[in-house]
Amino acid sequence: MSTTVNTIIKHRIFWPAAILVLLLLGNVIFTPNFLHVEMRDGHLFGSLINILRLGAPLALVALGMTLVIATGGIDLSVGAVVAIGGAVACWWIVNQSDQNGVGTVLVAVALALGVAALFGLWNGFLVATIGIQPIIATLILMVAGRGVAQLITEGQIITVNSAPYKVIGGGYWLTVPASVVIAAVIIVAAILLTRRTALGMLVEAVGGNAEASRLAGVRSRRIKLMVYVVSAVCAAVAGLMISSNVSSADGNNAGLWMELDAILAVVIGGTSLMGGRFFITGTVVGALLIQTLTTTVHTAGITPETTLLFKAVVVTAVCLIQSPAFRARVFGRRRPPPPVPRSTRERQKVEVPA
Amino acid sequence: MTPPGILLEKPLRYVRQRQQYVPLLATLALFIGMYGAGAAQYPAFGNPQVMLNIFVDNAFLLVVAVGMTFVILTGGIDLSVGAVVALTTMVSASLLAEGWPAYLVLPVALGIGALLGMGMGCVIHYFEIQPFIVTLAGMFFARGLCYIISTDSIPIRDGFWTLMAQSKISFAGYRVSPSVVVALVVVLIAGYVLHYTRLGRNVYAIGGNQRSALLMGLPVAQTKIAVYTISGLCSALGGVLLSFYMLSGYSLHAVGMELDAIAAVVIGGTLLTGGAGYVFGTVVGVSVLGLIQTLISFDGRLSSWWTKIFIGGLLFVFILLQRVVSKSKR
Repeated sequence: MSTTVNTIIKHRIFWPAAILVLLLLGNVIFTPNFLHVEMRDGHLFGSLINILRLGAPLALVALGMTLVIATGGIDLSVGAVVAIGGAVACWWIVNQSDQNGVGTVLVAVALALGVAALFGLWNGFLVATIGIQPIIATLILMVAGRGVAQLITEGQIITVNSAPYKVIGGGYWLTVPASVVIAAVIIVAAILLTRRTALGMLVEAVGGNAEASRLAGVRSRRIKLMVYVVSAVCAAVAGLMISSNVSSADGNNAGLWMELDAILAVVIGGTSLMGGRFFITGTVVGALLIQTLTTTVHTAGITPETTLLFKAVVVTAVCLIQSPAFRARVFGRRRPPPPVPRSTRERQKVEVPA
Repeated sequence: MTPPGILLEKPLRYVRQRQQYVPLLATLALFIGMYGAGAAQYPAFGNPQVMLNIFVDNAFLLVVAVGMTFVILTGGIDLSVGAVVALTTMVSASLLAEGWPAYLVLPVALGIGALLGMGMGCVIHYFEIQPFIVTLAGMFFARGLCYIISTDSIPIRDGFWTLMAQSKISFAGYRVSPSVVVALVVVLIAGYVLHYTRLGRNVYAIGGNQRSALLMGLPVAQTKIAVYTISGLCSALGGVLLSFYMLSGYSLHAVGMELDAIAAVVIGGTLLTGGAGYVFGTVVGVSVLGLIQTLISFDGRLSSWWTKIFIGGLLFVFILLQRVVSKSKR
């Protein structure tokens, strides 16, 4: 019995999931009908559904981020790519005579994904081919990408009036919000692709030691290139959802600070920033946790001003609980094999001697 | 006849021995080139007051970037600086509105920044959580505190603040604000600390290789906590300078300033991996950022978003340059 409990507690999804459940239960105390889900106008309706619907873009961005972090990298540009994705799609739709045409919207979506893939290739090229540290390589696009998004929207908010486009972020499919369906399909596909094929192992191999995996015959450059493209495309899909939900594109504010939320979701989900391991289910739980936090603040009547403070406290708590050094100090347990103070910094040192 | 190779050998060796200066020199060359191009195109641009105004408008960024230089030299990063700047403006403005005297408000505001930085440094070092995540949480925390103080902009009417905002120090017909003098003093102190004290050497040593520094018996814990405290203190001072400049406290002041500060440090030639760089480079980096904004405002045809695209492009060039330099050294 105690071993089962031990296995559950030791499982890496235990802490994030436990905190998510605690948050949901805490919500029930403040709003008794929080868990209540009902049918209204043929759609599912309720706080839980809202969390899923609004959390879908973040979960997608965090999914891409998980794969990038698994290769030992980081992608700071996703927030900017979210803005670019929405901007490109809305720019295309606005310039067509028939905004309601399904063809128009499909071309707009393809265009947005294509542009995002190009930006992803650029990131991947800088990291994999030129060998710049990921945090700096993607910082370039984080700064410049926001400018590009504003360039596309010309600093304005582009408003579109297109029913098919509205479906992506605000529509429903068999009573379930379309954005949730899209996100779920992509996440399940990603899990199957990484865990039922060798792809996931290759990604982890590259993150564990890029040089060793290259010598072992893994095309590590190609894998790195791939994860940055996937991350950018995921961000663009999230950007489409966000801009479609409000039927407009805002180059300034769409996806602002989303990279930070995404990285938090990944870390809360139990994927180490060191790379070499990843855990998509944990990331999804992490993303939902962050969205639940935001929703909690709205429904529990906590003033919106305290959202950030609340987030800071929860994030710090989750990170501290996950830190072996903290647990050893506070709970007085002996540390598992002494962790060598090996930081990403030092590993990058090996690649880029100053 | 001497083959040209031999003639070139001496200067080449000279360059190779001083490769650590190459990114800094490139930044300087770029700065002079941009200034020259601006002066050639717009007659008013050549007026030295334009150059001084860049410092007047960016004194707070310079102070913040100096603090960031310390952190980046140890190989860390501090994402909380913009939020700490905003928090300082809010704390100062609200305390002054309560009727506190300026000589009490200043130490309290600076102390809060230093304390926040020290807290983050302790968490980073003792709990082995990555600086990126800790300072990110710090950023949320500081911005959250701002919103708790007030969601509105608080005006500052204190005598000392308005004096600092309005007085000008003139020499030879040119004027600068007192903030510029404060920023220059900070730069000088930072340069002294980094190059002539034990703390400075420890900072470079940890940035070079933390494990070696530890094995050499250097006080890694103290130094790491010290750099984050310095960064917090510099951010708070930057916040005070910003509140001189704006004469208000607002939660949305300095949004995204951490990016400007990091960009200035990188353009100034400091390696993001730590261990190499100069405070003087950061000064030039901040000037380059200010010059881009000034050029764009002089041009008048380019919209403000081109600033971001230019800064992104510059970042790319400098990172590539650092890459080439560090490769050829191998």
